[in-house]
Amino acid sequence: MTLTTTAMDSGQIVTVTSPRIDAAIAIQFKEAMREHTVDGSGRVILDLSGVEFIDSSGLGAIVAAMKQLGAGRRLDLAGLTPTVDKVFRLTRMDSVFKLFPSLDEAMAADAG
Amino acid sequence: MSDNPKSFEHVFVAEEFAAREALCTIMNRLVAMGLAEDQMGGAEIVLAEAVNNIVEHAYAGMEPGEIRLNARFEGPHLLLQIEDWGRALPDGELPEGQPADLTGPMDDLPEGGFGWFMIRTLSRDISYARTEGCNRLCLTFDLIPPGS
Repeated sequence: MTLTTTAMDSGQIVTVTSPRIDAAIAIQFKEAMREHTVDGSGRVILDLSGVEFIDSSGLGAIVAAMKQLGAGRRLDLAGLTPTVDKVFRLTRMDSVFKLFPSLDEAMAADAG
Repeated sequence: MSDNPKSFEHVFVAEEFAAREALCTIMNRLVAMGLAEDQMGGAEIVLAEAVNNIVEHAYAGMEPGEIRLNARFEGPHLLLQIEDWGRALPDGELPEGQPADLTGPMDDLPEGGFGWFMIRTLSRDISYARTEGCNRLCLTFDLIPPGS
């Protein structure tokens, strides 16, 4: 499980560099998200543009990551590839998370 | 019916990383046999959820056994049969697979229970049988007609 973090004025961008968030790494993903965000503040944009596949365990891990951020910080999702997007829409999680087609659009929404 | 039935079998161990590797192999073979790119996602989600259920529930607390997948293209359909030798599904029946309830406060949002809903939504037809210690799940997908 590899994540990289980039600081922004209003929060941070966490980029997932593994091509799959699945049952095999869901728990590690949740832990890695905690490690990357615990010392930060503000909004978190999760850049999923490098993720080709997610299953229900991976989806659950992203929900868990949002919960552990707490009510004061939003978790927005950017760059969903077709299969990842399908999973979020099918489960209606697109009503829970804000989905942005690209990282640029997520960051632009931040400025506005 | 089909002039040239196309099928294959893939057997793997019911363990998370072995399952991931098997999924990648299976998807590559399905694509090589003509599964359209825009149908890949749905089939991969269903396969992943069905296999995860076997790894996490059917073989829970026991030595991981085998999972045997048979895939067959037949006319306008892709048929997938997944067999394991673990525990039967609860009550010997397919779960209803209701959509997850997202109406509560953030802390109550579900972190699981999406699997059967996605399996049921993305496959055209689904059946389950338990025979002599073997769980057999059969899934049917509609294929986009070739050349369309």
